[in-house]
Amino acid sequence: MAASIVLVFFVVPDDADQGFSQRIFYFHVPIALTAYVCFGWGGWKAFLHLWKRRPGADLESYVAIHLGVIFGALTLLTGSIWAKISWGHWWLWSENQLVLFLVLFLFYCAYFMLRFSVDDGPARANLCAVYALFGVVLIPVSFLAIRLAQHFIHPVVFTRHGPRVHGTMLFTFCVSWAAMLALFATLYQVELAGKRLDSRLRELRELLA
Amino acid sequence: MRRYAADVATLARKDLRLELRARDTLPAMLLFVVSALVVFHFAIPTGSSRLAASGLLWVAILFTALLGLGRAFVPEREHGVLDGLVLAPCDRSAIWLGKGLAALAFLVLAEVVALPAFALFFRGLDGATIAGVALANVGICLVGSFVAAMSIASRARELLLPLLFLPLAIPIVVGGVGASVASGAGRYLGFLALYDLVFAILCWASFEYVVTE
Repeated sequence: MAASIVLVFFVVPDDADQGFSQRIFYFHVPIALTAYVCFGWGGWKAFLHLWKRRPGADLESYVAIHLGVIFGALTLLTGSIWAKISWGHWWLWSENQLVLFLVLFLFYCAYFMLRFSVDDGPARANLCAVYALFGVVLIPVSFLAIRLAQHFIHPVVFTRHGPRVHGTMLFTFCVSWAAMLALFATLYQVELAGKRLDSRLRELRELLA
Repeated sequence: MRRYAADVATLARKDLRLELRARDTLPAMLLFVVSALVVFHFAIPTGSSRLAASGLLWVAILFTALLGLGRAFVPEREHGVLDGLVLAPCDRSAIWLGKGLAALAFLVLAEVVALPAFALFFRGLDGATIAGVALANVGICLVGSFVAAMSIASRARELLLPLLFLPLAIPIVVGGVGASVASGAGRYLGFLALYDLVFAILCWASFEYVVTE
């Protein structure tokens, strides 16, 4: 995993002909896609929790969404930097993906508020799982809504031909996405292990007390 | 099926009767929506686009609904009714649907005053806007009463409701504003109907987990 990340840093400078700012593409888009994967994975675990009552699925869902929010914040940050360099503005409402991320970011921040204001227990697990499922449904609905909103907020749709992805660029892109996914998987495992240890420790303490 | 409908009707009637006797939510909503419209009149400078006013109507509706929804489960919480309802021999989702219908009745009554007031203060309303409001009401009340049930389980309670609800309501605002300002309102009305359908199914299927452990 570390090797793949290192590879990205070596491969990316290969296509400097697109201009330096274009390179952020290899970070921004994979991070965004990885954030979707996180939210989807969190929703899937939440579904498993509700359906199969699998113990631990709640924690897994929480960790995935937690990482998703971190990746989402990074997406907003990198997207904003890219927008500043390319178009001279920090924020553009015409960028569908960024607006969608803002909506999702607000939604999942509310998820944390919900989680931290309910006492630990099966009720909290259920509430969080249901809210996570709402998030997964909200992603396509918001996407559609933002597409529709373009027509009256910006009558002239700002079309921009995306970077042509060929050869080395495609390869670099895939490698960096794989790296991001690997990063997610690693962080997920580490965080999960930490949380599990934490809860076991708490159980032991209660036993001893 | 008929039993389910009867349960829902009973629960909705219970809320309406409570409101009829205590009269604490609806007058507050009415006063709030009219005050909000007056505040909006001073908030947008004269000469700004008349289209901007349409957006304000939606803000007013959304926050009025939030005001009502924040109160929706308060009687249940204060008297511990929710536990009794969960134990009652009816489908749990009937609790949500009954509450949603009662909230819808309050919101529609508030709008009976708000829409003419809006037409009087700002600009006239067309059929597409009213159809949009009707469809959006359904979505706001169904999703809102679901989220209200979630928020009363938490310590933060009323504080949490707007936080949980507003991100979910963004598509409603998009559809509603689109229906009132854009040409080709049909697409936006269709979107609102789709939203109502999708979230109604989701709420119906998952409400049981919100009230049980």
